[in-house]
Amino acid sequence: MTSVLYDVPGPKARRRSLIASIVLGIALAASFGWVIATLAGEGLFDANRWDIFQDPLVWSALGGALLVTLQVAAIASVLAVILGSVFAILRLSAHAIVRIPVTIVLEFFRGMPVLLMMFFILIMFATSQYWAVVFGLTLYNGAIIGEALRSGIVALPRGQREAGLALGLTPFAARLLIEFPQAFRAMTPIIIAQLVVLLKDSSLGYIVGLEELVRRQRTLAEFYGFSQYGFSFFVITLGAFLAVNLTLSWIARRVSRRSPTGRRSRRAARTAIGENLDTAAYSIDRTRTGEYRG
Amino acid sequence: MQFLVESGDLLLEGFVATLRMLALTVVLALPLGVVLAGMRISPIPSLRWVATGFTELLRNTPLTLVFFMLVFVVPRLGVIVDFHVSAIIALTLYTAPFYAEAIRSGVNSVPVGQAEAARSVGLTFSQTAAHVIIPQAVRSVIPPLINVTIALTKNTSVAGGFLVFELFASSRRLANAYANETILIFVAVAACYLAITIPLGQLAERLEKKVVVLR
Repeated sequence: MTSVLYDVPGPKARRRSLIASIVLGIALAASFGWVIATLAGEGLFDANRWDIFQDPLVWSALGGALLVTLQVAAIASVLAVILGSVFAILRLSAHAIVRIPVTIVLEFFRGMPVLLMMFFILIMFATSQYWAVVFGLTLYNGAIIGEALRSGIVALPRGQREAGLALGLTPFAARLLIEFPQAFRAMTPIIIAQLVVLLKDSSLGYIVGLEELVRRQRTLAEFYGFSQYGFSFFVITLGAFLAVNLTLSWIARRVSRRSPTGRRSRRAARTAIGENLDTAAYSIDRTRTGEYRG
Repeated sequence: MQFLVESGDLLLEGFVATLRMLALTVVLALPLGVVLAGMRISPIPSLRWVATGFTELLRNTPLTLVFFMLVFVVPRLGVIVDFHVSAIIALTLYTAPFYAEAIRSGVNSVPVGQAEAARSVGLTFSQTAAHVIIPQAVRSVIPPLINVTIALTKNTSVAGGFLVFELFASSRRLANAYANETILIFVAVAACYLAITIPLGQLAERLEKKVVVLR
């Protein structure tokens, strides 16, 4: 890694850096060791806390719940992308009658917690928890993806639209056939990053009572005895989420590296939809590629 | 009438609780985020690794799970704290990496020539950072920091699902008590959240435009 902020370290700086690293390493190892020792002292690594994981039934119960989590996230993702596209196009409509209400609705959905939406969908429409979570995630993330796509369209060079109109396309056709596909491509990394957020948020289903991974592991832990197995189930659940999310983040990073175009519009969208900072995937790690400037 | 009076009180109480939680978390998470950001751009590799590891770990863990750990798992290990404290710790741990990333992207937005110029007149890393990069970065850092705070505002609602009383919890209680008025309650609670998030968003937007003009 190169950075303009400091020189290539010489022997002295390297030594100092090494010393700092060693000190930090020891401190970390000590605190890590302390945590492990404390956990072991509580007997959390004893075989009797992990023995139930030999039972395939436990695994199939956890697997089934993970499947629910993934299913909810998958359905909501598809719906959110569709809804986001509709929102983006409607919000840029030339007719104030369409534009203004859509803008208000978007702001409304964007500004409040997903959890609140899930809860009130659940009680107002008397749906199952499953669909409450799906629709809550869809509305919230649809609004955010819509905002990203909108700023993607706005950031396109104006000539794109003008060329379309000059060819005789109607304004709507120019938007749909010329601008929208380009904006969508430029925004793909941001959309994927938002979908990782969506997957993480599906765990809010725990609070509204959906039997997804977090709730299932709790149910199981309580069934087998929380004081004995609570920690073990938590560790397994955390591992499952990390595995899924890190994989998705990795995919998102690869996709964003493969589409070097549209950096300008992506940037516009990042700032426009702020929430995107709440993403796991779109790490703006310029230093990694040796590029300093954002 | 009784509904309006009672729900008004409860909502106000919840709103104040949410604001308090928000303020406390910002006060704790922001300094932690600054430290993390500093570690991530520091010349010492091990500092960078630690900060990156912490960031990646927390950004890929659902907030629900962070809450679950602090509210249900940690007390079993003998560390018993008040739910309000655990909620604020959970939100702080979860938010700090996002603050750090916002700061880092702001630092990255300072033109590279600035750093090169500072280095070529012989300033050291810490001098470059303190006198050239950070003063310029602060301006472009503020809008993304506000955006993270907006996300945090919405995230405080998760605490309501973990035995902490705040706006979401109060809306839940109201919806249980007045089953006929759910739409009204929903709109009122949403308005409370929007009263925090929309002004913050507009502030961020305005500052954003200012920064763009300056460039």
